[in-house]
Amino acid sequence: MTDPAASSGIHPSPGMPDPLIALDHVTKRFPGVVANDQVSVAIWPGEVHVLLGENGAGKSTLVGMLSGIQQPDDGGILIEGREVSIDTPATALSLGIGTVFQHAMLVPSLTVAENMALGGKAWTRPDRQGIRRDMDKVCTDLGITIDPHARVGSLSLGEQQQVEIVRAVLRHSRVLILDEATAMLTPKGAQELGALMRRLVARGLAVIFITHKLNEAVEFGDRITVLRLGRKVGEIAPDRLRTLGSEAVTAEILRLMFGSHVVGADTGGRRRPTPTGETVLALSAIDVPDESVPVRGVDLTIRSGEILGVAGIDGNGQKQLAEAIAGQRRLGAGTIRLAGVAIETLSVADRRRLGLRYVTDDRLNEGTVGSFPIALNLVLKQVGEEPFWFRGVQRSAPIADHARRLVSEFDVRTPGVETAIGKLSGGNIQKALLARELSGEARVVIFAKPTYGLDVQNIRATRQRIRDAAERGCAVMLISTDLEEILELSDRIAVMDQGRVVGVVDNDADARSRVGALMSGAHR
Amino acid sequence: MSALFTEAFLTALILGAVTAGIPLMLAGLGEQISEKAGVLNIGIEGMMLIGAYTGFLVAYFTGSIWLGFFSGSLGGMAVASLMALFCVRLGLSQIVIGIALTLGAEGLTALLHHFQFSQSYPRLEAVESLAIPGLSALPVIGPALFDRPPIIYLAIAAVAVTAWVFRSTNLGLALQAAGDKPAALDAAGVDVIAVRTGAVLTTGLLAGLGGAFMAEVGAGIFVPFMTNGAGFIGIVLAMLARGRPLWVLLGALLFGACLSATTALQVAGVDIPTDVIQMLPFAAVLAILVVFGRRASLPPALGSHYVRGAR
Repeated sequence: MTDPAASSGIHPSPGMPDPLIALDHVTKRFPGVVANDQVSVAIWPGEVHVLLGENGAGKSTLVGMLSGIQQPDDGGILIEGREVSIDTPATALSLGIGTVFQHAMLVPSLTVAENMALGGKAWTRPDRQGIRRDMDKVCTDLGITIDPHARVGSLSLGEQQQVEIVRAVLRHSRVLILDEATAMLTPKGAQELGALMRRLVARGLAVIFITHKLNEAVEFGDRITVLRLGRKVGEIAPDRLRTLGSEAVTAEILRLMFGSHVVGADTGGRRRPTPTGETVLALSAIDVPDESVPVRGVDLTIRSGEILGVAGIDGNGQKQLAEAIAGQRRLGAGTIRLAGVAIETLSVADRRRLGLRYVTDDRLNEGTVGSFPIALNLVLKQVGEEPFWFRGVQRSAPIADHARRLVSEFDVRTPGVETAIGKLSGGNIQKALLARELSGEARVVIFAKPTYGLDVQNIRATRQRIRDAAERGCAVMLISTDLEEILELSDRIAVMDQGRVVGVVDNDADARSRVGALMSGAHR
Repeated sequence: MSALFTEAFLTALILGAVTAGIPLMLAGLGEQISEKAGVLNIGIEGMMLIGAYTGFLVAYFTGSIWLGFFSGSLGGMAVASLMALFCVRLGLSQIVIGIALTLGAEGLTALLHHFQFSQSYPRLEAVESLAIPGLSALPVIGPALFDRPPIIYLAIAAVAVTAWVFRSTNLGLALQAAGDKPAALDAAGVDVIAVRTGAVLTTGLLAGLGGAFMAEVGAGIFVPFMTNGAGFIGIVLAMLARGRPLWVLLGALLFGACLSATTALQVAGVDIPTDVIQMLPFAAVLAILVVFGRRASLPPALGSHYVRGAR
C-alpha cells in the first residue's frame, strides 16, 4: 500500500498511456498553513477517483488548482503528459475540466437554459432552443429530468447539482470534479448521485469525487486517495479496492486518515438508566407563529441529566421551536419554565443568564461573526458583562485569557485567539461555538443539528460534548435529522412532524421502528 | 381650476416633463446597467456634472451641439473610468469612491467655471428640433413629443437598446450574473471584472450624455451644481424599476413632470407660491419611496467586490 511507486500513481508502468490529468508534487501555501504539500495524484478516464480527507485536509485547495481558481506555488499539472498552467476558470473549462462546486455555481435569478448559455458571445442571442435540445439528449442519456425553463432559484440543491453536471457534460468536459457533492443531499439523493457517477464514467469521463464521508468513498469510488493535513497519505488502487472487502478498506482508510490510533465503533452506546433528576425545562402548549411551518401545541419536559432527542425530517418546525425556546422568536401561546421560573417573556440575554444555551445549526451566519477574532466570538453573548467589559469599556486581557482557556479546553485548532473565526474550518468553528455555549453555568442546552457537515473526528468529539453536558446535570435537547445520532445519544425521543410533536418514545430496543413510523407520518 | 387643463397647459407640462425627464432617464438607465452588474454607482451625480460641463464647454467653443453631446459622454466616461479603476479593479468601497467622485466633480466644475466665466454667463443658442412628419401635427403631444431635438429620440432609443440587451443577448445574461452571482459567471469562463468595467463605463457614457443634455438642451447654460441631485434621483429610479429599462423611462417622465410643473402652472396662470411648486419633485420622490420603496429590489452581489476564490 505504501509502496511509493504505487501510491504516487503518477509514473505508470511502461506501456501504459499517460493519465488524463496528473498533479505532480504540487504545493500550495496560504498564510500560516501549507494547504497542499507535495501532492501527486493521477486521474484516469473511466474511473471515479475519490479524494478523501477530513475538513482542512487540503481537498478543496486541490480542486481549486484544477479548476483554475488557485495556482500551485510549486509542482506542476500535466494533461495527457503535457504540462499546463490553469490560470483561470476559463482555461480549466477549455482544457475539459468541469467542476461542480460545493456551493452551486449557478445564477439563481436565471433559468436553467440561461445558465447553460452563460459565457456565450456577448452580442448573440442565447440559443435557448438549441440548449434545450442538447440538454434533453444528455438528460435522457444520464437518466435525469430537468426543466430547462425553470428558474434555478426554485430548484432544490440536488437538482441544481444535476444541472451543473449536465452543463459540464454539454461543454464536453473530460474530467468532472464533484466537490463535497453529497454534503447538501439527502441519503437518497446521494445514492442517485452515485448511480449518476457510474453512468458518467461509463461514457469515458473521469470523475473526481471529493468527500469526507467514508462510506461514500468505499461505495462509489474506483480509486481512493486519502489526504491528511495537506499531504497525500495513501492511495488504494482499483484492483486492491475490489479484492479487499469493504470492511477491510474502511479499516485501512481510517488508519490512513487518523493515524495509528484506530477510531473504532462508538464505545458510548446506549446510555445509562433513565435519569430521575428533577424537571429543568418544561414547555407547555407552545405555539410559534411561522409562515411556512407554524409550531402548535408542543408539550415537552426535560429532566436534569436527560437528553431528549427531537427527531423528524428537516423543516418540520424543529428550528422554529428551538429559536422560540432560546428567545429569538416570539411565542404565539404557551409557557416555558426553566427550573420553575417562567421565562417566555425574557430576552435572549436574560434566558442565557438563567442558564439556557442554544447551539445553532447556522454556525456561519447566526452563530458567529466571521470577521471577528475568535476571542470576541467567544464572548459574543456576554457583551457588556463583567469581567470582559467594565463600565462599557471592552477589556482585551480578560477576553483573551478566557479565549485561550476555552481554545485549549475545547481543542479548537487555530493559529491564535486573534484569528478571524471565519478563517477556521467548519469543525473548529463548531468547537468554538460549543465552547461558548457549554462554558459557565449551563443548565439547559439546545443543540440544533450539532454534527451537520462535520468530519468523523469532530462528530465524535461533539457527541462526547453532548454526553458530558448531560453527565454534568444539564437538561439537553438534541435536535437532529440524523436518526442514528438521536438513537445513539438520547434517553427519550420526541418526533416532530408538520410543526407538532407527534409522539415521545423511550429510547429502548424498538425505538428505531417506532420513531421511524412517527417520522414517516403513520400517525396521520 | 377648470381652466387648468387647457391645451397650452398640457403641452407645457408634457414638453417640460420630457426635457426634465430625459437626463433623469439617462442617469437611471446608466445606474440600472451598473447595478445589474453589481456595482452601486453613487458617483453618477459627478459623472453627470462633468458631462454637463464638458458638453457645454465644447458646444460653446465649437458651436456644435453634437460635439458637445459627444464630449459630455466622454467626460462622464472619464469619471466612470476612475470608478472602474478604484472599485471594480482595486476593490475599494463603492460608496466612499462614489461620494468622493461626486464631491470632486462638484468642486472641479465650479472652480473651472468660475475662472473662465466669472464676468459673463454665456448662453448657448436653442437647440434645433426635428419634427417627425405626421405625428408632430397632433394636438398637445405633437409639439411636446414629436417636434423635439433629435437627441431626445436617440435617448429614448437607448431605452429600447438596453431592454434588448438585457432580454435577448448573452451580454444581458452576463450582466445579470455579475450582479447576482459573480462566482458563477467566473466559473462559466467570463471575466467578471471586464463585464463590470464595461457596465460602469456605459453608465458614465449615459450619465455624461444626460448631463450634457441638461446644459445644452435643458438650460442652454452651465451653472455650478446644476445637476441638483438628478443623479441621485436616477439611482432611486434604477432601484424602483427593478431591472426594467421601460420603467426607468416612465419613472423619469413622472419625475420630470413634477420638476416642470412650475412652468406649466405659470402658463396656466395658477397662483401658487413658487416655493411650494419647487418642493413638488422632492415631495414626489418622498411619496413614491414611501409607497413603492419596499418593492425596490437589488442584486444580491451589489456593492461587493469580486475576488476569485475568496471566502
